[in-house]
Amino acid sequence: MMSFSKKLCGVAGAAALSLLTALPTWAQDAATAAAPVPDKGDTAWMMISTVLVLAMILPGLALFYGGLVRTKNMLSVMTQIGAVACLAMLVWVTYGYSLAFGPDASDGLKPFIASLGKLFLAGITPDSTAATFTDGVVIPEYVFVCFQMTFAAITIALVLGSVVERIKFSAVMVFALLWLTIVYFPIAHMVWAAGGLFFEMGALDFAGGTVVHINAGVSALVACIILGKRMGYPKEPMPPHSMTLTVVGTGLLWVGWFGFNAGSALEANGSAALAMINTFVATASAALAWMVAERVAGHKASALGFCSGVIAGLVAVTPAAGNSGPFGAIVLGAVASVVCFFAVTVLKPKFGYDDSLDAFGIHGIGGMVGAIGTGIVYAPSLGGPGGADYAIGGQLVTQILATATTIVWAAIGTAIAIFIAKAVTGLRVGPEVEQEGLDLGEHGERAYNY
Amino acid sequence: MKLVMAIIKPFKLDEVREALSSLGIAGMTVSEVKGFGRQKGQTEIYRGAEYSTNMVPKIKIEVVCDDDLAPRVVEATQAAANSGAIGDGKIFVLDVGQAVRIRTGETGETAL
Repeated sequence: MMSFSKKLCGVAGAAALSLLTALPTWAQDAATAAAPVPDKGDTAWMMISTVLVLAMILPGLALFYGGLVRTKNMLSVMTQIGAVACLAMLVWVTYGYSLAFGPDASDGLKPFIASLGKLFLAGITPDSTAATFTDGVVIPEYVFVCFQMTFAAITIALVLGSVVERIKFSAVMVFALLWLTIVYFPIAHMVWAAGGLFFEMGALDFAGGTVVHINAGVSALVACIILGKRMGYPKEPMPPHSMTLTVVGTGLLWVGWFGFNAGSALEANGSAALAMINTFVATASAALAWMVAERVAGHKASALGFCSGVIAGLVAVTPAAGNSGPFGAIVLGAVASVVCFFAVTVLKPKFGYDDSLDAFGIHGIGGMVGAIGTGIVYAPSLGGPGGADYAIGGQLVTQILATATTIVWAAIGTAIAIFIAKAVTGLRVGPEVEQEGLDLGEHGERAYNY
Repeated sequence: MKLVMAIIKPFKLDEVREALSSLGIAGMTVSEVKGFGRQKGQTEIYRGAEYSTNMVPKIKIEVVCDDDLAPRVVEATQAAANSGAIGDGKIFVLDVGQAVRIRTGETGETAL
């Protein structure tokens, strides 16, 4: 399952095939050596999964985050999310895909980054294929490029959750470009590409708990600390302007997450089915667990608590999606939910940082619980798909090492990217714009004209 | 002429309107307002961040009637808007100097 390799035999294979069919005497040999042909079912599923992940960003995350800010900043959040997602798509096809999944770089660099051999998607044609987790099963490489593209796009969008309501739009764009280049592409390579650091360590990460969630969460924390708090935080009330839209966004995120998690099997098979059921039940248990935690803390069970629990569960089950049995996933979701509840209600106020929409509190913390928990729930004794000789202890060390490396890489890379963005753009809007709202000040629009 | 201004709980609006209609009151002005008195606001909690809202939503009704009718308007409003709980609101009665019907230019009580 985790032995994904990026070797691409399609291009060469197709060329060889066309040569050989002209030479009938060799045809028999050619048949045995023929490159695998993508299955239409796998291909269709991966295309659907890809656009499901797009729906997580627009409108899912845009509504989820948008509903949580004040009325005067609604459009700025939606615009930032849309714009960075588009930027990520263009950067991805230009050089991001190559840096993450391109041909091997020199031996020293190989664990951290690939080469620029596929700059501008060089050499990729409709006949190119990408390997899946099953030997001899491939999908069209363009589909793989698109699927991975949406992951880059949503990750940078997630980071913005901590800096909304005060960051300049220009700063968002500069930061996104730098962050994708020095943080996302290397970590994606480390986790998913053969030869990558975590890949070779044998870290379990089914759908990107480290690359997407720990990475986005830690980056969000570092970014919001450097950027500073919103004016008036935490004394002035800053309640969500529309919990309704946040619930709608939550629903879209959950639906889209099936593309994210089950799609990460890269095939329409039993592994995808396992990821699917886990994406249901871990999330369900996390949603209820958050509301129970609210009651235990003496509050009412709330809609925002429900939504937060859903997201915490989805985040935690991401690395575990195809690496856990359903009941392992249920426990993992509940544990992550309660830990995240603690992080956003106790830890955040205690330290006083303004992670405005809890990108760190839910994606960072939930991602860490998920990444480390995956090492536990993978065990066959707990219903996981691991082999009979699976050793929890050794795997936990690997999971923790991968998590720690991601934290350090993301923190340093984000600090560099934010300081450069600050030097270029000034980073933060002026106090008048912040008071009046970023919708008018940065975009010249209002979200609602009654 | 008197202006009877009543600040009431929003869900009592229909009962008050019916009570006043049955007295022959032919028109009123209604606004959504916020304020506070003895009734305290609600506490809202979002991911652990508590906000106490000290303003409570209310409905303000304004009715102008002739002097004789005013006590009965006050009485009917008080009866209809009463739920017996804190926060039922207040009624104020003010003197009105003049009334003009814009369409016809009629003045005084005939303009009501």
